[in-house]
Amino acid sequence: MITISAAFAEPESIVSERKSAQPLAFRAFRDTLFGPSETETGGKRLAKAAVEARHVTKAFGDGPERVLALDNVSVEIRENEFFTLLGPSGCGKTTLLRLIAGFDHPTNGSILLNGEDISHLPPFKRPVNTVFQSYALFPHMSVADNIGFGLEMQGKPKAEVAKAVDDMLRLVRMEELKNRKTSQISGGQQQRVALARALAPHPKVLLLDEPLSALDLKLRKEMQIELKRLQNETGITFVFVTHDQEEALTMSDRIAVMSAGHILQVGSPREIYDRPSERFVANFIGDTNLMEVEVVSVSNGRARLRFASGAETEADMPEGMSEAKSVTVVVRPEHAQLAGTGDNGVLSGQLENVVYFGTDTHYHVRLDEGVLFTVRAQNVRGGAEERQPGARTDIVFSELAVQVLRD
Amino acid sequence: MAEADAQTTGHTSTGRADGRAAALPNLTRRDEVRRKWLLVAPALVVLALAASGPLLIVLVYSFLTPGNYGGVVWEFSGEAWFKVVFHRDIFDDTLGFADAHLSIFWRSVKLSFLTTVLAFIFGFPTAYFIATRPEKYRGLWLFLITIPFWTNLLIRTFAIMEVIRADGVINQILLGLGVIEQPIQMLATDFAILLGMTYVYLPLMVLPLYASMEKLDFRLVEAAYDLYATRFQALKRVIIPTVKPGIIAGSILVFVPSLGAYVTPRVLGGGKHLMLGNLIELQFGQGRNWPLGAALSITLLLIVMVALLTYIRTTGNSEGGHG
Ligand SMILES: Nc1ncnc2c1ncn2[C@@H]1O[C@H](COP(=O)(O)OP(=O)(O)O)[C@@H](O)[C@H]1O
Ligand SMILES: [Mg+2]
Repeated sequence: MITISAAFAEPESIVSERKSAQPLAFRAFRDTLFGPSETETGGKRLAKAAVEARHVTKAFGDGPERVLALDNVSVEIRENEFFTLLGPSGCGKTTLLRLIAGFDHPTNGSILLNGEDISHLPPFKRPVNTVFQSYALFPHMSVADNIGFGLEMQGKPKAEVAKAVDDMLRLVRMEELKNRKTSQISGGQQQRVALARALAPHPKVLLLDEPLSALDLKLRKEMQIELKRLQNETGITFVFVTHDQEEALTMSDRIAVMSAGHILQVGSPREIYDRPSERFVANFIGDTNLMEVEVVSVSNGRARLRFASGAETEADMPEGMSEAKSVTVVVRPEHAQLAGTGDNGVLSGQLENVVYFGTDTHYHVRLDEGVLFTVRAQNVRGGAEERQPGARTDIVFSELAVQVLRD
Repeated sequence: MAEADAQTTGHTSTGRADGRAAALPNLTRRDEVRRKWLLVAPALVVLALAASGPLLIVLVYSFLTPGNYGGVVWEFSGEAWFKVVFHRDIFDDTLGFADAHLSIFWRSVKLSFLTTVLAFIFGFPTAYFIATRPEKYRGLWLFLITIPFWTNLLIRTFAIMEVIRADGVINQILLGLGVIEQPIQMLATDFAILLGMTYVYLPLMVLPLYASMEKLDFRLVEAAYDLYATRFQALKRVIIPTVKPGIIAGSILVFVPSLGAYVTPRVLGGGKHLMLGNLIELQFGQGRNWPLGAALSITLLLIVMVALLTYIRTTGNSEGGHG
């Protein structure tokens, strides 16, 4: 219990920073829609978890067919953040979302909302709404009736429902399609209606299960911006599911990377990208160079590492690994450069392949120890002359570019 | 014109392809229309011979004079239609409503309506149950539903009679348990007819209900729960409106044959509680009044049509009330 309340005491600055970062107009709009949020009116308060999963396990089936969709997952999602569950298909993202929504119940562990255990509540008693991957709009109702459904079920007076529906239609820019049947609007418009419907009752938390995956690229980009805008304007906690790493990086405040029923790493997009803690995370997000290196010495969490080339560097050692004799390190292709004539290279090898991408160029270098290493260089006018395949080259990167994986 | 043609043909190959593509649908559409008529022709012939023909004969008979030993005499008479609704006293020729007929009409409509309602009340959960089973078991459940069809209607009806007779299974058990002292009179009541008809027509409700429920996207139900609908509200606002075609089809399939039911009211109603089917049979048999039987048949047809139109009109509008 003590550790948990300590976990609650997130540095308040994070939340207040985000808040003040919201343009004033957005906040005013949100307040007229939903009333001022507690954190702002309450003055000094500790940022707490909007949603928390504690040691959640979810198993489907029995006996030999038993599938562990989630295996002892714990995660905290903060108030007002855009939180993304990122992972390949089948890793348990939808399952976690369904547990939060209440469509399924955990086999073990509990789900908390604002610190309150809601594991036993049915979906209609949870102040949480879902945007379904398939949209799941009611086909026999108009756009307006779909959007008003939640409020109507909450027993809100008709006039209030009608006003909220109009506000929502304006928010998602769909005023003119108010009376259409949901089968008579396009996929992108259905997406907006699904969003408006889920936002209308002003849930504490909005769950979005791959909401953009059915849209084409252009529409998807538009909706990404739209979603960020809606999250800013409404101040609602968004839990967003995607298998698209780029989408996750561009939209999220924080990302949880999932694989095979586990959450491997939680952090800001920058942390996840620059400081992946596991091989899976490093591989799943962006391009990576992975190398086995020798551990020379460890002190105070800093390790002296020696590459196969003999060059040495220093890097932070993950906790509990001070005994390791060798570790795997990650260097992102754009964090390394081909050495100029005067530089002392960290690694050296032979240039195998040069691929020109317009904005940048990829150099594939076969290192002397046999591993392929990619360097990505931004193309600039009047930059250094292009290197020819076959040439010998050295590779340089700073100590900061080296990230040790916890294997 | 020729020049334009030459230009198009001489132009690019894509231009030519477009021209042909435009001409093709016209041709195929004409073909399609002809093929469609050829395909429906047998059905139309059967329909004309088997449905419209007999119906026409019945209609003509209803305007003829009854023969002394059944059959008809080819002489026009409106008497049969008059008798459907009115009654003329044999002795003093005073006119009155044909109370017997009217009460039978009323009973038929009432019992058929109640049968439909009961079949829905029992059929809906049954269909929902089957539709929510894992896919591999649904076939088995449907199979079980259709088993009663394998046995002759008469035998099934007599089986029900065995169950509800004065010394039948139910009364025996209740007497044995000491719940009742006298056997309950169930046979030859409206209850017996209702029980029999609900039992007989239940599968006709379950099957179309199941067919539309199977297509129901259960994510819609989850969406309703997610939007604070209780189980009852989800049923009322999402499930029932989406399976409405099944409800309409099932209701029609139960209501229409119930209205004309003959065997069940005859066996379980004990000859006292007639329904329209029995009344019609009576005119062609003992009554020896074929024109009246024919007129009653047409009346039955009209009742069915009016009932269906009213039903479809009201259910068609009900969702508009929310909008
Ligand atoms: N209702 C279910 N019954 C059986 N297995 C399930 C069920 N739902 C999900 N699973 C299994 O759980 C795992 C995680 O599924 P899911 O959460 O849908 O993954 P994701 O959304 O990340 O693609 C998968 O292996 C899937 O087959
Ligand atoms: Mg999924």
